[in-house]
Amino acid sequence: MQFLFTLCGLVAVGFVLLITGYLVVSGLPAIREIGLFPFLFGKTWAAGQGQYGILPLILTSLYGTAGAIVIGVPVGFFTAVFLAKVAPKKAADLIRPAVSLLAGIPSVVYGLVGMCVLVPALREWFRLPAGDSLLAAVIVLAVMILPSIISLSETALEAVPKEYEEASLALGATKLETYFRVSVPAAGSGIAAAVVLGIGRAIGEAMAIMMVAGNVANMPALTRSVRFLTTGISIELNYSQDGSLQRQALFSIGLVLFLFIMLINGLLNLVLKKKRE
Amino acid sequence: MKKVLSFVFAAVLAVSLFVGCSGNQKGGTVNTDGSTSMADVMGALTEAFREKEPDITVNYSGTGSGSGISGVLDGTCDIGLSSRELKQEEMDKGAVAHVVALDGVAVVVNPKNVVADLTTEQIADIFTGKISNWSELGGADAPIAVYGREDGSGTRSAFEEIVGVEGACVYTNEYGSTGDVIGNVASNENAIGYASLSAVDSSVAAAKVNGVMPSEATVKDGSYTIQRPFVMVTREGTELSEAAQAFLDFAVSAEAEQYITAAGAVYPN
Repeated sequence: MQFLFTLCGLVAVGFVLLITGYLVVSGLPAIREIGLFPFLFGKTWAAGQGQYGILPLILTSLYGTAGAIVIGVPVGFFTAVFLAKVAPKKAADLIRPAVSLLAGIPSVVYGLVGMCVLVPALREWFRLPAGDSLLAAVIVLAVMILPSIISLSETALEAVPKEYEEASLALGATKLETYFRVSVPAAGSGIAAAVVLGIGRAIGEAMAIMMVAGNVANMPALTRSVRFLTTGISIELNYSQDGSLQRQALFSIGLVLFLFIMLINGLLNLVLKKKRE
Repeated sequence: MKKVLSFVFAAVLAVSLFVGCSGNQKGGTVNTDGSTSMADVMGALTEAFREKEPDITVNYSGTGSGSGISGVLDGTCDIGLSSRELKQEEMDKGAVAHVVALDGVAVVVNPKNVVADLTTEQIADIFTGKISNWSELGGADAPIAVYGREDGSGTRSAFEEIVGVEGACVYTNEYGSTGDVIGNVASNENAIGYASLSAVDSSVAAAKVNGVMPSEATVKDGSYTIQRPFVMVTREGTELSEAAQAFLDFAVSAEAEQYITAAGAVYPN
């Protein structure tokens, strides 16, 4: 019986190894042919002209994720504090299921709503030729990372021992002072883990942002059409020929993305480890 | 016992290998090589041909028009596939063109757009970013959103090649499918895009090019200029195998019309 459990456990490890191995094997040839420096720091991606620079894609992914964090973290954090500490029971009972529902919405639906509501609205407001832009993607991503930030931060805040808060209140601090000076610092590493998880979700998202970002490999600018690392792969995979340099370069993008996510995972582990200590 | 069984099994497998080979030789194999844009047409033709001549296998590998033509000239394939007309130097080397289909690319705008007639030069200027406002073309004072397909798409390479803006296009947005281009042009009054003629529906307006409305008829008579031929290429003086000849005859016959139309192209004859 124990053998069966071990086997099940090894399946997950096996798949990670398989995917890692496959990405490295299929991602390296193009990097070798293009050259690491021109590949990572080239400013033009135009497969038709044999130009494979993914700097615009990397920067877009970084800016897009940073933007989502800048909008999503404050909103998510304050919502978590509200839910864990301030909210009357009735309000919390309404908001909490709404947040978990938000987590359950498929990403293509986020993209659809973004495409049909957000993109035309941005086009009107900023008088753009088309509303598909980094800004649209950032807003969609910010909403998408809310649930994980809220629920993780809330759990961390609720795990803070009651005695801490009682001691603070007994010393004459107000409720708000207690929440922000005592509860939040005590839950700090849990909240940090929530943020890192949000980053991971934002950088790996493809479907929703493909529908609102416009997908031209421009250098990132808020109101311009941009292409992320993820969407760079998915949009060109269909028609790239098997075995061509273009197809191989797409795998190389996958490898770069994979390294980014490994980095974030490592960061998450570090934060969690610190929490345990 | 086990050993004997496995030996017999191996022997059966080995023999079946030869059976497979000789089976192919009887019916024959046709190797075609070339244009990726012709994948749909080739798919429809080979499928229909398989029902007609089940013993003949038609292989298709999409390597691009240029390598398809040089392949047939070098004798590495039976029939080359090209989605452009042959160049003079290719014909000098003995390449012979058999046009099997025509492919029209429509320039589409939002139905609310009053600009409905463009010249090839204007289209080139729009897609390279020289014209960036509809008012320059007699339309509303609104910026132009240039929609196109992603790099590697056959429609994109055809459009850019015919209009003469290869690699020079400044796109506002790129989309991964023809349907996406049409849907987004339909929902944005500022937009202009291109799509295979067969995919254009009433949600968008196809613009006239040099005064000619794109349609099956105008593609056929050549008056609509944003079009290209799908060509099967053979080499002069090299006799085709029986199987290859049969496939070529089928592809240019009237019987092939329904399959070519179903694949989204225009039957030329």
